[in-house]
Amino acid sequence: MRTMGHEAPAGDLRLANLTKRFGIFTAVDDLSLTIPQGSFFALLGASGCGKTTTLRMIAGLEEPTSGQVLLGDRDIARLRPYKRPVNTVFQSYALFPHLDINENVAFGLRRRGIRKVADQVDRMLALVQLEGYGRRRPAQLSGGQQQRVALARALINHPQVLLLDEPLGALDLKLRRQMQIELKRIQTEVGITFVHVTHDQEEAMTMADTVAVMNAGKIEQLGAPADIYEFPATAFVANFLGQSNLLAGEAGGTSGDHVLVSAHGGRFSVPAARARLDRGPVFLGVRPEKLHLVGTAAEVPAGHQHVGGVVTDASYVGVSTQYLVKTAWGSELSAFSANSGVGGQLPVGAPVVAHWDPRHAFLLRREPGEDDRTTPLLDEPPVSVLS
Amino acid sequence: MTALAHVPTSSGQPAAPPAARRGRYRLLPYLLLLPGAAWLLIFFALPLLQLAAASLYDPSGSLSTGYALTWAVGNYPDALQAYWPQFVRSFAYSAIALVLALLMGYPLAYAIAQKAGRWKNLLLVCVVAPMFTSFLVRTLAWKTILSDNGALVGLLRDVHLLGPDGRLLATPIAVVLGLTYNFLPFLVLPLYASLERLDYRLLEAASDLYASPLRAFRKVTLPLSMPGLIAGTLLFFIPATGDYINAELLGTPNEYMIGNLIDSAFLVRLDYPQGAALSFLLMAAILAVVFVYLRKAGTEEVL
Ligand SMILES: Nc1ncnc2c1ncn2[C@@H]1O[C@H](COP(=O)(O)OP(=O)(O)OP(=O)(O)O)[C@@H](O)[C@H]1O
Ligand SMILES: [Mg+2]
Repeated sequence: MRTMGHEAPAGDLRLANLTKRFGIFTAVDDLSLTIPQGSFFALLGASGCGKTTTLRMIAGLEEPTSGQVLLGDRDIARLRPYKRPVNTVFQSYALFPHLDINENVAFGLRRRGIRKVADQVDRMLALVQLEGYGRRRPAQLSGGQQQRVALARALINHPQVLLLDEPLGALDLKLRRQMQIELKRIQTEVGITFVHVTHDQEEAMTMADTVAVMNAGKIEQLGAPADIYEFPATAFVANFLGQSNLLAGEAGGTSGDHVLVSAHGGRFSVPAARARLDRGPVFLGVRPEKLHLVGTAAEVPAGHQHVGGVVTDASYVGVSTQYLVKTAWGSELSAFSANSGVGGQLPVGAPVVAHWDPRHAFLLRREPGEDDRTTPLLDEPPVSVLS
Repeated sequence: MTALAHVPTSSGQPAAPPAARRGRYRLLPYLLLLPGAAWLLIFFALPLLQLAAASLYDPSGSLSTGYALTWAVGNYPDALQAYWPQFVRSFAYSAIALVLALLMGYPLAYAIAQKAGRWKNLLLVCVVAPMFTSFLVRTLAWKTILSDNGALVGLLRDVHLLGPDGRLLATPIAVVLGLTYNFLPFLVLPLYASLERLDYRLLEAASDLYASPLRAFRKVTLPLSMPGLIAGTLLFFIPATGDYINAELLGTPNEYMIGNLIDSAFLVRLDYPQGAALSFLLMAAILAVVFVYLRKAGTEEVL
């Protein structure tokens, strides 16, 4: 850092009303958020929602249409990329094909005039488990190895902010977990601010202090992973981060500290603290692992609420069994039941009662006219014992 | 064949093709090579041999009395002794022209390849367009451009870059300018092809890794355009060194290059042994320069 000659005052990364338009298309829409110094920030969102564009504006590779990028109290939005204490792990790797791995990794150090780089490069290559690959060219490495070189090439500079655009996407599960642990360790040790774009929710949840879920250029929800998962703010978030059974209903005001909901002819309630609104069209949401299946209504524990249905599908995935339950009105709810050895398998076609603790349900805004939103099981990639 | 027939082919891979078909495939590359090789043999290798023989003829012979192959190796040192200034001049002129062409051609190729967007094809056509007219006509046009009462000379005289009766035509400047202009496309096209393939995201990565635009050019763009740069400089330098039209039309005998001497040896003085010896000397000199150049600049992709 000291050799960089443009030491910035330590500080948080702040995006203020950041907007990027390509022609009439708005890729990033009035984005405002603060990423505390040294924190691990994960950006999640569907493909094309503007994640890469956001990172590119922080890196200086894309000029914002409007808005500010602040590091500490310095607006860096119009600083040239090579003047920013920010490095990027590119989604496309962008390794230099004419340089060997050693020189690729050393590129940033050399540009800052550091002569003795061999030790640092070796240490970095060891970190990404590529010792002995230093003399190869990028074209002689596998996709996952190239990705790790891209990671090493950015990390070696110890920037103030490290932008990671799906940096582990090409790695197998085991290597990915190891890299996650390494990344997290480096981040806590060195105190670099990480902005991490990923499609892997588990990765985002296990690594990040703060997760932001992006949709169509806007942040839908931002918060600690558990908070977002347990109490999503919108239907999009509820189904993007994990999956949810969302039943279309009407909220009819509060009674005590509960919001009353009527849906599909049944009457339900949700604690007011878990309701985003208390009147009008709503989604009543329950996560599949919070939905329990029993044979008859008599077995439903006191205080739980329930709907009846028929098992239409049961997939055994080792740690759990995933059921689809068709309700009387035709929607298919999903329910995960842990294979804890208690209770047997429910056969397809069996009539069941699905029940949940209202403290685990949540209430979200629904556009009038929108029907139930339940996701098919194949959305969540289960750790299958079969394949 | 029998052994092949017993190899089980149930592993999912297609069975090996029968030996006869495989044999035909093995011959195919050579068959494709045949027309070109025959052409080269008849119109290049044989005349070259003939020329080599001519360079060793007895120099006292003439077209009317006939030549005798006397292995007169002395033709070579004689030719070099008589004409070494023209040799030096040939290389000097084409080297200066090459530098000028690089200064113009690299930015041009870069702009067309990376910045031109939808104008790319039109600009490429513009680069090639002069080739639609003959070399001779183009050079004659330069004679007009550089003429003493032309606009260019007038302007240069007005701004006192040229004296009141200074001129461009019939000077080394005119010859170098002519060479630069005539061979520029040969430099630009291969350079363009290299730069076109350059991934701009690599420049972004360089810039992200603290490289200023100048450093990014030196460390990324330039090395990655090296194959095109080498091909282009060779395609420019080799014909420019052997050229004689530019010196003939835009210069005077004081600007004559080695090509002019070969031309006059064969067509005016009818001194075949000397013409042939000069040709081989030129060839050897160019080969030597190219060899040294490739040794220095060549990456493994080129050599
Ligand atoms: N240079 C550009 N010109 C026009 N549109 C662009 C440009 N770059 C990006 N876009 C558009 O902006 C939107 C956001 O792109 P971006 O690359 O940020 O998506 P992303 O969230 O990173 O997606 P992914 O997860 O697939 O990488 C996309 O719809 C894309 O088509
Ligand atoms: Mg992206």
